[in-house]
Amino acid sequence: MDLAFSPADEAFRTEVRAWLHAHVPREPLPSLETEEGFAAHRAWEAELAADRWSVVDWPSEYGGRDAGLVHWLLFEEEYYAAGAPGRVGQNGIHLLAPTLFAHGTEEQRARVLPPMACGEVVWAQAWSEPEAGSDLASLRARAVRVDGGWRLSGQKTWSSRAAFADRAFGLFRSDPDAPKPHQGLTYLMFGLRDPGVTVRPIARLDGRPAFAELFLDEVFVPDEDVIGAPGQGWRIAMSTAGNERGLMLRSPGRFLASARRLAGLWRERGGPVTARDRVADALIGARAYQLFTYAAASRFLDGEAVGPESSLNKVFWSELDLALHETALDLLGPEGELAGTDWADRYVFALAGPLYAGTNEIQRDIIAERLLGLPKGRR
Amino acid sequence: MRFLLDAEQRAFAASLDALLTAADTPAVVREWSRGDHASGRALWSRLAEAGVFALAVPEAYEGLGPRPVDLAVAFVELGRHAVPGPLVETVTAAVLLTGSDPSTAKRLLPGLASGETVATVTPPGPAGSVPEQPPGPTGTVPEQPPGLAETLPEQPPGPAGTVPEQPPRPTGTLPEQPPGPTETVPEQPPGPATVPEQPPGPAGTLPEQPPGPATTLPEQPPEPTEAVPAQPPVGTRAPGLPQGPYALDGDAATLRLSWEPDGVRLSPGHGPARASLDPARRLTPLTPGGELLAAPSHAALSWARLATAAQALGVGLALLDRTADHVKRRHQFGVPVGSFQAVKHRLADAKIALEFARPLVFGAALTLDPADIAAAKVTACEAAYTTALTALRLHGAIGYTAEFDLSLWLTKARALRTAWGTPEECRALVVSAGDLRW
Repeated sequence: MDLAFSPADEAFRTEVRAWLHAHVPREPLPSLETEEGFAAHRAWEAELAADRWSVVDWPSEYGGRDAGLVHWLLFEEEYYAAGAPGRVGQNGIHLLAPTLFAHGTEEQRARVLPPMACGEVVWAQAWSEPEAGSDLASLRARAVRVDGGWRLSGQKTWSSRAAFADRAFGLFRSDPDAPKPHQGLTYLMFGLRDPGVTVRPIARLDGRPAFAELFLDEVFVPDEDVIGAPGQGWRIAMSTAGNERGLMLRSPGRFLASARRLAGLWRERGGPVTARDRVADALIGARAYQLFTYAAASRFLDGEAVGPESSLNKVFWSELDLALHETALDLLGPEGELAGTDWADRYVFALAGPLYAGTNEIQRDIIAERLLGLPKGRR
Repeated sequence: MRFLLDAEQRAFAASLDALLTAADTPAVVREWSRGDHASGRALWSRLAEAGVFALAVPEAYEGLGPRPVDLAVAFVELGRHAVPGPLVETVTAAVLLTGSDPSTAKRLLPGLASGETVATVTPPGPAGSVPEQPPGPTGTVPEQPPGLAETLPEQPPGPAGTVPEQPPRPTGTLPEQPPGPTETVPEQPPGPATVPEQPPGPAGTLPEQPPGPATTLPEQPPEPTEAVPAQPPVGTRAPGLPQGPYALDGDAATLRLSWEPDGVRLSPGHGPARASLDPARRLTPLTPGGELLAAPSHAALSWARLATAAQALGVGLALLDRTADHVKRRHQFGVPVGSFQAVKHRLADAKIALEFARPLVFGAALTLDPADIAAAKVTACEAAYTTALTALRLHGAIGYTAEFDLSLWLTKARALRTAWGTPEECRALVVSAGDLRW
């Protein structure tokens, strides 16, 4: 057991740090959830990709560096420590790309991944529906077989980034007669500006269009945009939810950087001892998350599968992030309620953490049933 | 970077688990709680044979250490089985004595490693007198964990004047008080002025207490007799014996070290044992004075906290296991209570708290960084305590009984939370020193 990084690891870290030092914008980019900010973040993705820093863990043929898990973790630590911009492409990079690596065709990877890596095509997800949230398998949007492909109809909602994104991926019901809800689903990709698609942006709490609802009316999807076999969509979507990238949807580097910023705010502003304890808890939580992730990465590199323990992870980081930003706003005192500040933007973003990627209540069910072996019950 | 226990360490944990399961440890705990130490001493010897205490003793003194990661592995198992006795204190004594002169170390350390000696130590005093640990020597995680000798203060053991950063205990200001049941404020010197952010603690209330003349010391100090029935005070009681700080199980220990501001002394005796909320822990004041053995040591405090953190993690893991088993078996409304979401979510939260405390404990054992150790201490102890409250709630009234074995872990979780560093002390240390190298 050791926490020491090899000379090669440290050399990689140094290289990352030097590049970021030279390239990270001096001024923060405008909010990702505005048209102007989205464009600025898309340009930043292109700048990262030009020097092959946008997807370091991908194979080099798709724009990556073949970096292993440890280097990916180090990259992320350096990235957030440098105060680099949020990643507009992360839905595609963290959700769709792993699915393509596991279940896509060579043709799909060659066609989809390089434009994803440079921000030329930004992806949104299309999972939830008005009547299918936590119970995702009850989804009703249809995929009907037609000559050469499928026609999609129905409604998707809470589609993050869809207000300004280019394409989307999600599950559709291709066999309405399948005996169980999670059977007969197909995983497809489609364009958000394709004929028959209507995108209606939804304002989140602070009024910014961070997500959207999608209305689909006989949208044609060619066979080449089906991932895996028709009818296998549920299995395909779930198979990448618990793998190493599912475990690392949020890297520890992000929270370490936020906790350090909070400690800086505490030193600058001071406050009561109770606030100091909350600052301590943020620092400790970020350190715990870092070490937990190192342990998970070590197990993964040892060949162990990472399964339902990713639910521990998701509850932990989302609640850490929210508590951390609540503390920051409290330290700011009456200024804490000002909208549009960096801390306020991050707070509004953190509020969503316990909701997306499976609510924390669903995650707690998974922890209790699959890690502690408690009996299933009615939700 | 490979942050995983190796096969040998996992096998060590499994062997201790098997040993402690076969030893019917709950029965040993019950006897120890009654002041009958025979079975506990026998178990102690077997743990020593397995190498547990030798992990904190350098090889030069017939130990196997220092091996903090292996020690943490062992202490998780000791906590998981609620093993009684001054386990943390014996480790702490080993680290303190490693800093003593070689002849003293040679005289005392082999007995700790072999299990012949059971040691206890008073904690270094009130919250304010725990010296703030300066940041690590380089500010980075050392590639090799520093050995014991390297983490000990430079100064050789000597008279009080050789430890300048420790203000001398202001004994002149302290009233001599007889121990009494109504006095819940332990005698503590006021915190030193070097820790200004510390709010006035219990120490601040001390001067208001009128000095009690030594002659009022009763022959038989009152004790919470309902908690320790038929247990007479053991050992010598010097007049003017301080009421605290307390050493764990001074009546069972064969080596008692008094951690005083001028150094660590071989205590000539101990005061009456007082009951802890954890019946397996008996708290004894130590008689001050005695041979000066070693200098106070940051390293010893760190090892005490690390061992306590690992022990607490084990306590929490045992509570979680027992409670998960219980709610699978216990039926109400025709179904296992564990099928209810309210029950599941409390247990899920306990699982999350413990699984994120675990890497902090082993990370701290690797770096021996005081901020890492403080983080592990507060997090493991809070996780164990949260799990204890959940365990109590989900067991219902049976969990509230002394008779049911769950109580052995429930009460220990509470006691460990404030042993060797309160949550507040640990958090203060993290904020003052912690964020740069993380």
